[in-house]
Amino acid sequence: MSSTTKASRIGEELWKTRVDKVNAELVTLTYGTIVAQLCQDYDGNYQEVNKQLEKMGYNIGMRLIEDFLAKSNIGRCANFRETADMISKVGFRIFLNIAPTVTNWTSDNNQFSLVFDENPLADFVELPDDGRAQDELWFSNILCGVLRGALEMVQMQIEAHFVSDVLRGDDATEMRVSLVRYIEDEMPPEEE
Amino acid sequence: MAQPPPRHATMLSLSNSNSNSNSHSNLSSTTTISTPQTQTHLPTPSQSSTGLRVPSNRKTIYDRHLNRSRNAELSRASFAFLFGEMVTYAQRRVTGIQDLERRLNEQGYPLGLRLLDLLFYRTVTGSSSSSALSSSSSTSASPPNRPLRILPLLHLIHGPLWRLLFTRPADALEHSVSPDTPNEYMITDNDPLVNTYISVPKEMSMLNCAAFVAGIIEGVCDGCGFEAKVTAHNQPTEMWPSRTIFLLRFGESVMEREKVLERAGVK
Repeated sequence: MSSTTKASRIGEELWKTRVDKVNAELVTLTYGTIVAQLCQDYDGNYQEVNKQLEKMGYNIGMRLIEDFLAKSNIGRCANFRETADMISKVGFRIFLNIAPTVTNWTSDNNQFSLVFDENPLADFVELPDDGRAQDELWFSNILCGVLRGALEMVQMQIEAHFVSDVLRGDDATEMRVSLVRYIEDEMPPEEE
Repeated sequence: MAQPPPRHATMLSLSNSNSNSNSHSNLSSTTTISTPQTQTHLPTPSQSSTGLRVPSNRKTIYDRHLNRSRNAELSRASFAFLFGEMVTYAQRRVTGIQDLERRLNEQGYPLGLRLLDLLFYRTVTGSSSSSALSSSSSTSASPPNRPLRILPLLHLIHGPLWRLLFTRPADALEHSVSPDTPNEYMITDNDPLVNTYISVPKEMSMLNCAAFVAGIIEGVCDGCGFEAKVTAHNQPTEMWPSRTIFLLRFGESVMEREKVLERAGVK
């Protein structure tokens, strides 16, 4: 497990030295207003809100990876387990100052869970008491998109979704991440 | 009285709040509004009255201290990414620059209402120094007290609010010099954080995404019972290319009350 501790150390160090900071509440509330706006725009269709959040996250992830690589100066991961450590201990540390626990690996090492003790995005949040939101809305779904977008840019196609959330009354917030495939380099389509 | 009902409806959409909102209505002039934040410090949240499920380990907002995130920091990049995505999303659904700014303003508005409660809550529980009463004194030191007059309100925005959001006070506070517009005030930010990572295309040079912050200010004003319209305007200088002026226009009722209070000697 030394690669995990190494990743932790890298993450901590980067957070302390290379990351420009901003008040956490500003970020929390800004994210809250984004979700609130989506809920309003989609008229309480929470499935659609989840989808939009994921899409926003995807857009962010595709650009965020560059910032991640520039700051961390980390090379290619040897395997998906190492990737998981980097996501949790370095990625989440740099951008949200947390390090969700990597756990519940499948035996083929292609699927793991991130368990969030802390989630700054959801700090001031209570879901609407409308009898549906707690069953349908994944408040932090943007994070799934961020992972998908970021990893796609480094040749990994993944699928990520939340399986539980304390906002829904669950005891933990857990995201499931599965590796679909490594994307081979492809020649760009021939131009006319 | 200040805003048509739809606005408040907007802000309630996520914080569909419950029964115990009345117990702290003294924090906010608009008693119908309650935010999740202000409920967290209530000793016995009546969870039984809501249909919401809570985790068995009680990891709810009611069980966390409100000041927990007071000095917490997050990455500036995260804010930039989120804000950028918010602007992009808003842009897809609008007809023009004004419409876009209106939308950003509307998204900031509920934040203003909430931040106001947060500021007051922290003042009350934080330092109990009685010097808070002279809230018109300076923009720097004294903690905010609920303002009754325009000037203390402006100082609250210029100082404590700005520090909470951007960890520094705003750069200037001015009153309109024109006799025709005594209800206009200006707050200047030389380098607004929200615009740092936004590049505006030439054909949209009028756009100022700090309309989001204008919305926050508007929420604070309304929450205090000062009906106002707030807009953000580009006023670049050579040294500060993204200098922004927030123009606050107070409503007639506010100006009338201001006169009455002045005569009554209220500060």
